[in-house]
Amino acid sequence: MNCEEASILLHALIDGELDAGHARDVEAHIATCPNCAAKLREFQEFRNAMTPARLLHTAPMSLRSRIEGKLPARRAARSNRRSVIKGFAVGATASALAASGLLVMVMRTDDERRILGEVVSAHLRSLQAQHLTDVPSSDQHMVKPWFNGRLDVAPPVIDLTAQGFTLLGGRLDYVDAKPVAAIVYRRRVHVINLFCAPAPGSSKRKSAMESLHGFNVRSWTENGLNLWAVSDINADELTEFGEKFEAALRQ
Amino acid sequence: MAGGAANGSDGGKAERFKELALPHLDAIYTLARYLLRSTSDADDAVQECYLRAFGHFDSFRGGPIKPWLLAILRNVCHASYAGNARLVYAADTGSELDNSQAKPIWREDSETPEQTVLRRHESETMRRLIGELPAEFREVIVLREINDLSYRDIATVIAAPIGTVMSRLARGRKMLRDAWIAAEGGGSP
Repeated sequence: MNCEEASILLHALIDGELDAGHARDVEAHIATCPNCAAKLREFQEFRNAMTPARLLHTAPMSLRSRIEGKLPARRAARSNRRSVIKGFAVGATASALAASGLLVMVMRTDDERRILGEVVSAHLRSLQAQHLTDVPSSDQHMVKPWFNGRLDVAPPVIDLTAQGFTLLGGRLDYVDAKPVAAIVYRRRVHVINLFCAPAPGSSKRKSAMESLHGFNVRSWTENGLNLWAVSDINADELTEFGEKFEAALRQ
Repeated sequence: MAGGAANGSDGGKAERFKELALPHLDAIYTLARYLLRSTSDADDAVQECYLRAFGHFDSFRGGPIKPWLLAILRNVCHASYAGNARLVYAADTGSELDNSQAKPIWREDSETPEQTVLRRHESETMRRLIGELPAEFREVIVLREINDLSYRDIATVIAAPIGTVMSRLARGRKMLRDAWIAAEGGGSP
């Protein structure tokens, strides 16, 4: 292999795109060529200096809504709850009690849907306003005390860097007009906001995965806290995040 | 609203499309922002991309949807703005530049908030330098470094052989690194 070939292939080596045979060839050349060895080192360093998360542009919410608005809406049966309620109210020769029970259920779901929307909005706000963190730190012992006096509860701040989720810091945010803790993580170029709101007296609730506007939300209740993890990473990875967080919380 | 819209199957198709395609909105938007001059052009191109993609969703053969969407976006950009000066990146707006030049308000001796804040300035520079690359190098750099695509997927997006992807990436990185060193005064990138 000559230097000209190596100067191209060393990039594929950095990117992990070479099969074992070619990788060996490039490495063999580099071992004998200080010039190419220096190039490899320079480009590796340069690559490390690039922070993809900061070079990404976040699409504005208005664009997201515009696109969603132009696509056909979901089926009426699923979206139009009001008509469901009305249907029951009108045809309520049956047990009024049963109907009101259903009504409460439907309304609660609407409430949860609204809060889900608020959580996703808070996530988007944090990305767009360049206000991701009030206390930017990868040190959980710096982030956790920062919430003292700002919230009624001490939110669990757990460093999951070793598990592949880098702690970026914490922020005070609002959901449902109440202050909540937002703990911010990064997975590759993706941000995860973990929102924690006090839920005194609530019993443990198993996690649910939902999606809204293309974001995934994993919500669960534990230790008297309602938790929502929001991100554009796929559902599997967000589940992994939630499980690792829960596991670390129990230790 | 939902009432007049679409019968069940269209609604179901739209739901499936949204589920698959919307999570990649930031990646699509990022390429548009780097390829086009103005944010409003980028907005329009991304919207057009999603509508076209939905229109052709029946012909989507499965597999990863991200390269498929990026290829459509790239076609939209080229079709609408080809031969037009708008298909070059403009430097960020003045206000953003002003921000980047402001002194960080954080202590500089701390450790990690730190890198984040200091890197904000560096990132603005990097965005500008990527934007100044010739379009054929700029797109492979954005697809590889920011959108994290494999060589094979990049080849799909730009409709070129993998060998072309490799040589453009090598050349693009060299141009970018040289520009970076010039901009940062020979520091330690």
